[in-house]
Amino acid sequence: MARPDSSLRFDTTWQYAPAPESTDHARIDPQYGLFIDGEFVAARKRKTFETINPATAKPLARVAHADASDVDRAVAAARRAWQRSWSKLRPAERGKYLYRIARALQERAREFAVIETLDGGKPIRESRDVDVPLAAAHFFYYAGWADKLDYAFPGRRARPLGVAGQIIPWNFPLLMAAWKIAPALACGNTVVLKPAETTPLTALKLAELMRDVGLPPGVVNIITGAGETGAALVDHPDVDKIAFTGSTEVGRLIKRRLAGTAKHYTLELGGKAANVIFADAAIDQAVEGIVDGIFFNQGHVCCAGSRLLVQESVAEEVVAKLKDRMETLIVGDPIDKNTDIGAINSAAQLAKIEEYLAIGQAEGGEMHQSSCAVPGAGYWCRPTLFTGVSQSSRVVQEEIFGPVLAIQTFRTFQEALDKANNTPYGLSGGVWTDKGAKIFRMTRAIRAGVVWANTFNKFDPTAPFGGYKESGIGREGGLHGLDAYVELV
Amino acid sequence: MAARAGKRSGRAGETSKRRANGGNGAEQRLPVAKTYKLYVDGKFPRSESGRYYPLERGGRVIANVCRASRKDFRDAVVAARNAAAAWSQASAYLRGQMLYRAAEMLEGRSEQFVAELVLQGVAPNRASAEVTATIERLVYYAGWADKYQQVFSSVNPVATPHFNFSVLEPTGVVAIIAPEASGLLGLVSNVAPAIAGGNTCVVLASRSLPLTAVSLGEVLQASDVPAGVVNVLTGWREELAEQFASHMDVNAVVCCDADPDIARRLQLAAADNIKRVVLRAKLDWYADESQNPYLIRDTQETKTTWHPIGA
Repeated sequence: MARPDSSLRFDTTWQYAPAPESTDHARIDPQYGLFIDGEFVAARKRKTFETINPATAKPLARVAHADASDVDRAVAAARRAWQRSWSKLRPAERGKYLYRIARALQERAREFAVIETLDGGKPIRESRDVDVPLAAAHFFYYAGWADKLDYAFPGRRARPLGVAGQIIPWNFPLLMAAWKIAPALACGNTVVLKPAETTPLTALKLAELMRDVGLPPGVVNIITGAGETGAALVDHPDVDKIAFTGSTEVGRLIKRRLAGTAKHYTLELGGKAANVIFADAAIDQAVEGIVDGIFFNQGHVCCAGSRLLVQESVAEEVVAKLKDRMETLIVGDPIDKNTDIGAINSAAQLAKIEEYLAIGQAEGGEMHQSSCAVPGAGYWCRPTLFTGVSQSSRVVQEEIFGPVLAIQTFRTFQEALDKANNTPYGLSGGVWTDKGAKIFRMTRAIRAGVVWANTFNKFDPTAPFGGYKESGIGREGGLHGLDAYVELV
Repeated sequence: MAARAGKRSGRAGETSKRRANGGNGAEQRLPVAKTYKLYVDGKFPRSESGRYYPLERGGRVIANVCRASRKDFRDAVVAARNAAAAWSQASAYLRGQMLYRAAEMLEGRSEQFVAELVLQGVAPNRASAEVTATIERLVYYAGWADKYQQVFSSVNPVATPHFNFSVLEPTGVVAIIAPEASGLLGLVSNVAPAIAGGNTCVVLASRSLPLTAVSLGEVLQASDVPAGVVNVLTGWREELAEQFASHMDVNAVVCCDADPDIARRLQLAAADNIKRVVLRAKLDWYADESQNPYLIRDTQETKTTWHPIGA
């Protein structure tokens, strides 16, 4: 029987007119210093680096490059602020600063969204509707915890740790800063935060915002730089806690560097989530979920549904519908409001993705990409899927961090589960079925910290997030996220 | 040779009976001494290495204790992993009953355990107190098995139309290095919270106080705790600790009273598979603060589940 054509050929009937979000209201200074003790200062050695727009490969601003002596200054400022003001402030007052930050972020939301998109390459639709609102919500949520910590830990009292060193990745630059800073401050700690080198701008704009709302100097310090800046922060003897989000590889290095110290740490690392589609799932919804799972934010998502496990009896239908749906995804200018898939974050990341595309084909996988055109300048990758891969394929086992989906089939529940759990990672997972009992059997058995059933890639400040196995240690978000920033006595 | 050993050594299990017999040399029955072995996968094997170390008290050998090898540890991890799926999905009620059953068994054998502690040099009143406290500790965690989840889980009021909740799940296989100074109570105070929470474990007993750890295996076996849920090794911390932390199929390592060097080496090795490391230092195991549900939580993961609300 011939399969009904599910393709949506918009391109044959009309073209989308460009719909760019205006950028003229977003202020980006030509140069940014380090935000230490409430003011922007140059790096000691005056070193700077450039941050570019990955959609054009053109520079946006120059940013200070912090070395160990700058890290030292920032940690000293955070320590002073902790001892002199922040740890002595009434908890309710701490909370009110966080409420102020949340409100100011809402007020300036569009500016932050535009800069996030310019600096990181993600579609404005996502930075406007996901990243920035969630960041504000995160501050608002943790603001309320500041004076309620006695209710979070039955039988225990929570004490702040002191100075928290925080290192965040380039995939959700502002949102990750919010995930790190909000609970740290709510629990009474001060912060030195290092944004990723390719996406420093929204963290620096956040520094500006914190100064403007009157946050006491030194409570949050933001230092820009590369790997060695982060290493200096991890190694600094006066840091009490390290919070890191990034690759499992770097997480391992950090864990080793912290061996033998008394520093607390939480790690949010890589993933290779399985999205499991049973034959009794609502197939059209599942296809949307697969698209959300792997193509959201160009697949630069640690919890991306980068493996599709589809029950054999519906595999042909699901893959055909998925290919049709991929054809409708608009890849292009991230600042355009119609864009679905923006620019790959950096030349280095694009090279890594392309290497995996070659590996996947060399291993015998069959690669399919949507036929869309991509812009000339900048870094781009068409939505891609692999079929005919095996459990041992590198594109099945390793995190690619791009819009690349590896598809496998299964026959039985147990086979799906075994395949889902057969990686060193355990960050997230997905299951699609209309049978309630099957949902709970699968969500319980998947060894991962976040499981989405009949949905995917949803986030909320009240919902704890974090990994099992090699995907990390500790949780961010919700009541459980407070744990990362307190000592229980 | 055997007769000589019987006369000259105070082998475990003999001393109290010999005293009870009144010491009439001619009528004296030769007690049957116990061989202390490992407890792995519900069985009592010797170390595959054939190695032992003599446990001496007052210049006499009271037991030849198995000096477990790294291979013994790997075998024990296989047993623990094989037991993990069923134990983690056993009902909380059942796990609680098995821990309570272990308390019942220990109560019934408390004389044996007191005698073994005394044999190892613990003062009689102290030995009796340790066994009693251990029984109480098992009852304490038996009660937590079906309650910690309600204390630590949450329903999360997300802003989108989703039902969202977070529950605790066991970390998996936990390798435990028990405290050196508390052979029974200290060991049980670390094993009980791990298995009450649905983990399986491999525990290295105190090198100087190992005998009750092995006998605990008999208690667990008689309590229907499934084979592999608790595996007891005796041996040397210095040569096994790093393996406990580096094994790629172990999810968490709990180490009591680690000296700074061992703590550092554990943490270094644990980085290979991002193993959770729990260091418990200088706790007074008799104290009330040494038993609490946060010790269960130490080897738990939080899982958040989302589902849409709608038609």
